[in-house]
Amino acid sequence: MPSIVKPPVAHPSLTRNELGLTIRDYEGAMSTLCAGCGHDSITAAIVRALWEMSTPPHRVAKLSGIGCSSKTPAYFVSAAHGFNSAHGRMPPIATGANAANRELTYVGVSGDGDSLSIGLGHLCHAMRRNVNMLYIIENNGVYGLTKGQFSASSDVGSKSKKGEANVMSPIDPVLLGLSLGATFVARSFSGDKGQLVPILMAGLAHRGFAMVDVISPCVTFNDHEGSTKSYLYTRQHLLHATETDFVPDAREIVAEIAPTGGTNITMHDGSVLRFTRLPEDYDVTDRQKAFSYLKQHPHEVVTGIFFADESVPEMHETNHTPATALVDLPYAKLCPGAAQLQQLQNEFR
Amino acid sequence: MLSRINDFAIKLANVNGSGSASANGLIMQAIFRMGVPVSGKNLFPSNIQGLPTWYEIRVNKDGYTARALDYDLMVAMNAQTYARDVKEVRSGGYLLYDSSWPLEKDLVRDDVNYIGVPLAHMCNENFHESRERVLMKNIATAGVLIELLNIDRDVVAQLIEQKYGRKKGLHESNRKALRLGADHVRANFPCPLPFHLQTMNANGDKILIDGNTAVALGCVYAGATVAAWYPITPSTSAMDAFKMFCERFRKDKTAGEQNYLILQAEDELAAIGMVIGASWNGARAFTSTAGPGISLMNELLGFAYFAEIPAVIIDVQRVGPSTGMPTRTQQGDILECAYASHGDTKHILLFPANPAECFDLAVKSFDLAEQFQTPVFLLTDLDIGMNDWVTPKLEWDDSYHPNRGRVLSAEDLEAIPRFYRFMPENGSAVAPRTLPGVSAKGSYFTRGSGHNKYGGYTEIPDEYREVMDRLLRKHKEAAGFVPGPIVEKRKGARVGIITVGGCDAAVREAVDILAEQGTPMDYMRIRAFPFDHPVEAFIAAHEYCYVVEQNRDGQLRSLLILETSAPKEKLRSILVYGGFPLSAKHVLNAIAPEMKTVKTVETEELDAIHR
Repeated sequence: MPSIVKPPVAHPSLTRNELGLTIRDYEGAMSTLCAGCGHDSITAAIVRALWEMSTPPHRVAKLSGIGCSSKTPAYFVSAAHGFNSAHGRMPPIATGANAANRELTYVGVSGDGDSLSIGLGHLCHAMRRNVNMLYIIENNGVYGLTKGQFSASSDVGSKSKKGEANVMSPIDPVLLGLSLGATFVARSFSGDKGQLVPILMAGLAHRGFAMVDVISPCVTFNDHEGSTKSYLYTRQHLLHATETDFVPDAREIVAEIAPTGGTNITMHDGSVLRFTRLPEDYDVTDRQKAFSYLKQHPHEVVTGIFFADESVPEMHETNHTPATALVDLPYAKLCPGAAQLQQLQNEFR
Repeated sequence: MLSRINDFAIKLANVNGSGSASANGLIMQAIFRMGVPVSGKNLFPSNIQGLPTWYEIRVNKDGYTARALDYDLMVAMNAQTYARDVKEVRSGGYLLYDSSWPLEKDLVRDDVNYIGVPLAHMCNENFHESRERVLMKNIATAGVLIELLNIDRDVVAQLIEQKYGRKKGLHESNRKALRLGADHVRANFPCPLPFHLQTMNANGDKILIDGNTAVALGCVYAGATVAAWYPITPSTSAMDAFKMFCERFRKDKTAGEQNYLILQAEDELAAIGMVIGASWNGARAFTSTAGPGISLMNELLGFAYFAEIPAVIIDVQRVGPSTGMPTRTQQGDILECAYASHGDTKHILLFPANPAECFDLAVKSFDLAEQFQTPVFLLTDLDIGMNDWVTPKLEWDDSYHPNRGRVLSAEDLEAIPRFYRFMPENGSAVAPRTLPGVSAKGSYFTRGSGHNKYGGYTEIPDEYREVMDRLLRKHKEAAGFVPGPIVEKRKGARVGIITVGGCDAAVREAVDILAEQGTPMDYMRIRAFPFDHPVEAFIAAHEYCYVVEQNRDGQLRSLLILETSAPKEKLRSILVYGGFPLSAKHVLNAIAPEMKTVKTVETEELDAIHR
């Protein structure tokens, strides 16, 4: 866990991934969040997912906005460049960064204030553009850094620490994503690492915008009785709608995949997302069914991957950019030169 | 009236959305091709159809092409503005009107000559579709002007051929309409008028281009690969042009790949965010916008300043505050850009005066942004950006290499014990940066929160101050690298005139007239902020200086007072901010009350404010 100081040398018995790296190579600075914060568990899951995926640490770009959630990129993958931007503005920063260099792995970390209030518009448009990135909303239903105000994801009737009940209906990022055409929509719980890690891996493998809403209780301002984002409430109301395995190397399971293949999604990089449990009459490629299912379970915290579509072109594909990064194009390829300028100016006479 | 060759001004009053723009452009381009110095100013409304719009053409053999303010010929085609338009005709001048309807008696002036041509009537008789009748009325008007002003018919025929040659129907209609107008006026009035055109060779290899197009070309030549923007008047055509040039020069035809990515953002907050994200990753990236966009971008501009990320912002200024007058020109964003965002910030500003400089300084913006790892504002305005200017041919040197600033490669990083983001080398105020994805050793955490020279979070006063003081030094250091002022001295001058950007042509004309009248003044046009020593030296060398600019508050003057040691008493404002481009007459009329040697000029347009 990144919330305790560790010795600088990794223990030789630690398992190594395909790159020969241990999980320690994916960790970051020590967390300064409150002890027991759900966000720290998510950080650990991100570390685990990137390690499992054998993503080269320095090829990760980690970005965030402002808030407790947005501090966390400092706590994972020290070898990666991080960008702690302004409140709500991470999606455009990530969009521009991705535009310049499509070859990096983009991990955006945001919160419910960041994504559902001040940056809601940006989130919607990043979904529209299908920017190729993993976008995590660490959702605790409260403004932590400013000490306990309701957020846009607070449920009606959920009580603040001072006992005040929220009266406005919440914005649900999952329903939002489904209705706006997001190509990968999932929800998990920070306390459910077994489910969260494969979801994050699938999100990383997804070609396009992978939005994962993670319920992440705030131990200081939103973990009391009457809150609907507390550890207790979430555990009591948790419903695994879908259960998945993520298989990074497809070859291992080719034999296992049923010929119908209805519950397996082959990701763009060849990995396979295998649904081990799906509700009856549920189709992860059918936006409408996912929407209906969620609407039919208003009193549960429904988790799992709800929808995934690998066929939608991501931002670079719709813009016909080269397969390699724009930043790697040599200047000679970008400047038309003096002769062209001469010729062009005949049209301005 | 004595005959005047290649020295007159005309104004065309129309209703917008009626297709007058193409006829106006045709006349302007024809005069340019005749080798005669000319300018065309489009004074248009923020509207698609139905409001008044004017187009002014000034022809001047000596090259003075700033606005004239009084007109030898008024083409009065808009009844809504008729009363005002009639007043603007010079005494002894002419007014062309559509005689399909009778001329209203109370609008007649004794000292103006009236030319009535039944344009609507002729077009109704000769064209059948209603839209065509409206459009061709403008072309028939152009036909009248060809005769009245002696515009070269072959040049016009060539332009029509180039424009409509491939569209047979349109080609024929245009030719027919031109003939209708020309034949009628030739048969009924003495042509040409006493003031008219004659072919000359003053334009050499100059080109006719608007500033937004030139800026876009500059961005292409600078190697910009990512552009993010939100549509806004008057900068939209800059991004349109960038797209057009990219489709032409940046498409790999065999692979079908586009070596650029243009993002139409959800708002300006996002547009600047995208630019910053792309620049952080090592791309040359820019946005084009106007004042309202700068207001929204303030938040992340402060971020880019503090986190030291390059960004190029093209601000085509329009009239503020708030929505203001979106289709009118002003230089009202100088202070807003100089100190954009909360906290202590100072930015680099460049001020082109014409499209040729737009091209050069657009390229320079990227070099400066990367060299100093900071936002750079290219401040043009609606007049420069959207009007066609006769401008020197754009030049490109193929030996140009982008100045990417100090960026450490993986090898560079191997050679140093440890990388710290904000530790400058060799006494410079700029610290080397690293790009994501290159090397684990170069990784750091970019943040807008307080940080120390190592790049770590800090709330310790000394550590914060060390970084902030270096940023100030960095801004000062940039003064030695930005384009210096253009200074022109005259013998015996005790007073100076300072100006900026698109005021150039009008102020130069005024300075020439002043010298002729026996009041020589030295001229300085500022091209960048931070100010270099020559700016301060110019002010120090004069008894006092006028500062001519297009805003209410004297923003350039304020910046000079704040950022040089010049005493404020030495700087006197001449301010023109009604939204139309500057004329030499504005400047002369502002100076006249306090200098007996300077004569006032009569004009209808509101005079400049002098403080």
